[in-house]
Amino acid sequence: MTLDYAAAVEKYEPTLGLEVHVELNTKSKMFCSCATEFGAQPNTQTCPVCLGLPGALPVVNAKAIESTILIGLALNCSIAPYSRFARKNYFYPDMPKNFQTSQYDEPICVNGYLDVEIETDEGQKTFRVDIERVHMEEDTGKSLHVGGSTGRIHGAEYSLLDYNRAGIPLVEIVTRIVPGTGKYAPQVARAYVTELRDILRSLGVSDVKMEQGSLRCDANVSLAPVGSGKLGTRSETKNVNSLRSVERAVSGEIERQANRLENGERIIQETRHFLEESGATRPGRSKEQAEDYRYFPEPDLVPVTPDAKWIEELRTRIPEKPSLRRKRLQAEWNCPDKEMESLVNAELLDVVEETIKLGAEPTRARTWWLGEISRLANEKEVAPTSLVNAVQVAEVISLIVSGELTDKLARQVVEGVIAGEGSPAQVIEKRGLKVVSDDSALMSAIEAAIAAQPDTAERVRGGNIPAAGALIGAVMKATGGAADAAKVRELLLKHLGQG
Amino acid sequence: MAQISRDDVAHLAKLARVEMTPDELDHMATELDQILGAVKRVQEVATSDIAPTSHPLEMTNIFRADLVKPSLTNEEALSGAPAKAEERFKVPQILGEE
Amino acid sequence: MTNIHSSAAEMAAALSKNETTSVELTKLHLDQISKVDGKVHAFLHVDTEGALAQAAEVDAKRASGEQISPLAGVPLALKDVLTQKGIPTTAGSKILEGWRPPYDSTVVSKLKAAGVVILGKTNMDEFAMGSSTENSAYGTTQNPWDLSRIPGGSGGGSAAALASFQAPLAIGSDTGGSIRQPAALTGTVGVKPTYGGVSRYGVIAYSSSLDQIGPCARTVLDTALLHEVIAGHDERDSTSINAPVPQVVAAAKKLDVKGMKIGVIKELNGAGFQAGVIERFNESLDLLVANGAEIVEVSCPNFEYALAAYYLIAPSEASSNLARFDSMRYGLRVGDDGKRGAEEVMSITREAGFGKEVKRRIILGTYALSSGYYDAFYGSAQKVRTLVKQDFDAAFQMADVLVSPVTPTTAFKIGEKSDDPVAMYLSDIATIPVNMAGIGGMSLPCGLAAEDGLPVGFQIMSPVMQDDRMYRVGATLEAALVSKWGKPILANVPDLGGK
Ligand SMILES: [Mg+2]
Ligand SMILES: [Zn+2]
Repeated sequence: MTLDYAAAVEKYEPTLGLEVHVELNTKSKMFCSCATEFGAQPNTQTCPVCLGLPGALPVVNAKAIESTILIGLALNCSIAPYSRFARKNYFYPDMPKNFQTSQYDEPICVNGYLDVEIETDEGQKTFRVDIERVHMEEDTGKSLHVGGSTGRIHGAEYSLLDYNRAGIPLVEIVTRIVPGTGKYAPQVARAYVTELRDILRSLGVSDVKMEQGSLRCDANVSLAPVGSGKLGTRSETKNVNSLRSVERAVSGEIERQANRLENGERIIQETRHFLEESGATRPGRSKEQAEDYRYFPEPDLVPVTPDAKWIEELRTRIPEKPSLRRKRLQAEWNCPDKEMESLVNAELLDVVEETIKLGAEPTRARTWWLGEISRLANEKEVAPTSLVNAVQVAEVISLIVSGELTDKLARQVVEGVIAGEGSPAQVIEKRGLKVVSDDSALMSAIEAAIAAQPDTAERVRGGNIPAAGALIGAVMKATGGAADAAKVRELLLKHLGQG
Repeated sequence: MAQISRDDVAHLAKLARVEMTPDELDHMATELDQILGAVKRVQEVATSDIAPTSHPLEMTNIFRADLVKPSLTNEEALSGAPAKAEERFKVPQILGEE
Repeated sequence: MTNIHSSAAEMAAALSKNETTSVELTKLHLDQISKVDGKVHAFLHVDTEGALAQAAEVDAKRASGEQISPLAGVPLALKDVLTQKGIPTTAGSKILEGWRPPYDSTVVSKLKAAGVVILGKTNMDEFAMGSSTENSAYGTTQNPWDLSRIPGGSGGGSAAALASFQAPLAIGSDTGGSIRQPAALTGTVGVKPTYGGVSRYGVIAYSSSLDQIGPCARTVLDTALLHEVIAGHDERDSTSINAPVPQVVAAAKKLDVKGMKIGVIKELNGAGFQAGVIERFNESLDLLVANGAEIVEVSCPNFEYALAAYYLIAPSEASSNLARFDSMRYGLRVGDDGKRGAEEVMSITREAGFGKEVKRRIILGTYALSSGYYDAFYGSAQKVRTLVKQDFDAAFQMADVLVSPVTPTTAFKIGEKSDDPVAMYLSDIATIPVNMAGIGGMSLPCGLAAEDGLPVGFQIMSPVMQDDRMYRVGATLEAALVSKWGKPILANVPDLGGK
């Protein structure tokens, strides 16, 4: 390569376009009543409709329509008063009817936008990504390719098809071209997909798991010489299955195209596949001629005409935009950037907010969820929120604040709650985990410690205060952590004439 | 003048996934040309002020509730398969896939 | 005493009076099938065991005093376009040879629930594309009136089964006349209900926006009885009408047309029609007048474009509907030698599995939908559809029902038109407008043409969901005709040796 990324974007202006496919998390499929669970036994979530058997007919899932309208509203789209399904005709073995029931010139949501913020050399900058359309369609089955590159002899190759995924509702979100991102195109692409994922999650309409394919991104990139005001030929990179990959795919494609242009080569309009290991792309199936999908209105379905009342009712269900909410919470909690990022990545924002709403002090709530609870969850390889809930954590924190539990005792309480021993109060009761706040009990432990370490006690009496640590430690050990360390310290120093 | 050439038919046959011999292509081109000659008269009255009708009845918003009902069993689903393996439909290699 | 020449209503009455049993009745018909179907070839599959088991079940229910529906125990012939669980279902095509569906169509479920005994599957033009059954992959059906002639199509098998007393009831499907035209050519009764009146779930689709399932029988009342069994809303068909079924049985018993306005469609009563057809048609009009109806002439100027529009819309939808027959999941697979890819095997299979007419329509439809031609062909055809609907709307302003001959000619000779697709398409000129507009249409025998002694069909059309009107007029005309002739028309059909 002659041009590196920096040189490439100095010479060429990239234009972005993003297509995101989202699998909705409805219980049943788009056009039939088969279940949608991930990872079921092959071909057990199929029926005449989603297998495309002769005679079968589709019926639209109302929840899928509702979810699509919610997405459109959250992306500032207009909801079409009249929209229709269309058949997109092309042959492919993973598509049971050899047409995809999709939408064409009459999609359900149009003309929206999403503002995304990225860090630039001049500080935070907002880019507006215009949304052209949000439409409904159905997913395909999954194929497993046997033989070929895995070393079978030629002629023994075949494919195996599982149609459990066929017919799961998909929503396709298509941006208009995003011009003017300059060298920040990769970051804008990532920020857009991130923001979109967070919005979809906040709407509760999808699992948005890129690694499981419930959120899939295709990135279109084209280049034109800086200042030319032209649009170049675009490539479409598929198979990008993480946020980081979105960024890498765009920058890699910018570099590749720039170098081709540098060498006087043409950019071919084609589909490319992102290679996770190298961050490069390779050409996908070559298209000998432009696809002719022969779209026409799906005669087996009737138009969708949502009335204004329904749309307004759905609008009331749109939550605060996740990025704004994050900013607001961060300010309210006075939370450092790094910690906020950790909370978001660990998907703990909701539960921490709930814990705080229940009266817990923000710093302690964050620390507990990100610290001890996350550690235990990691060990068990489960989500932290599957172990304990906000009510339990808020109760533990309030017991610490009131001095009834030490941090160490509190950890045991949490352990007990996770072990199913009941509420924090019940665990305390059963395990006898009370802070020893009785001065006389503590005093006898202090006296025992002094007796065991007379030299140390002497040094403290002589004014060497830090030496008291060893004695305090011994007391804490003797009381099994049930003592308040500050209290022990206070009593000890007083007893040794340093109070 | 012919509406449709032999090459057009070859292209359509490819789009429609129907293998055709050169003889069939010739034959089909002649027949299609004859048929298209007859059916193109729809254009005589299809003026821009007429709305198209894609469905005989005007119905809208036919939905079903998001409820799961029993699916076919794996055996039922695969009962008509020309070939199967590992609980899946076995098909010839899908070219161009990794 | 009931025999195979009785009407279904008579058979049902005999059953309810315990004068016969369903098993006995079923055996009589199975005997007739084995005697005459070698000559007629109406059936593709006879389900002897299943029919007898079903009959025995109905008899047992009746014996136990269980409430059963009016047609319980009466045998029926089912067009092979409907799925019946576990029973070979081919739609007349090689590509589905040996396929046994894992599910029942809604119509079959309703028939089973009503105790109607399904004798077997009847022959048809491949995927219902044709007007003669000559396009069946399994051989032509012969017209019982003259075995050298076609019985009409695509439902020639069902109509011929009725006319040769192999079954008193049959089911057909009508996309452009496939129920009415065979009824006309065999001297039987066939009804295409209002689009959406009978569920299409489990009907192997030809053209989704035109296909409609309907009842066939030898009398108007029998047809009405069957109509009420199979009609009604189905939540598995999005285009199914959610409204009460028109009271067609009551209408068929009314025998009164006083004050009704009968609209004769000017454009379907003259040029291009056989003299004997027009003669019988006019005679029937006189009978209706004698019974107190008023004849008005109506004009439907756009009908002359309907045929052309039909031969664009139906093939377009068919090209998409038939894409699923690709050898991946069911049906025929040809050319899988372990070396060829899926795409090639699909093409080879479709070449081998589809007949000439099917391929012709697939290619025509692919053309009409392809980019660059869509507006000129498919789009224009849809506009003609609007005009045809408008013509009907205007005509129904002037008349309660509309009438015309069903076909321009009586049954033609086998092979006579099979090399001239355009000439063959003209058989449907009077039936197609009904499908374009989604209204109801009935074919009723109105005599034998003087020149060839073959049956002529009288078509009655009624507005959307006013199917009762055509039954009322049809039953009245039938009674007048039979009383004039002194016997039913089928008393004239040659004895094929099956008394
Ligand atoms: Mg799509
Ligand atoms: Zn399904």
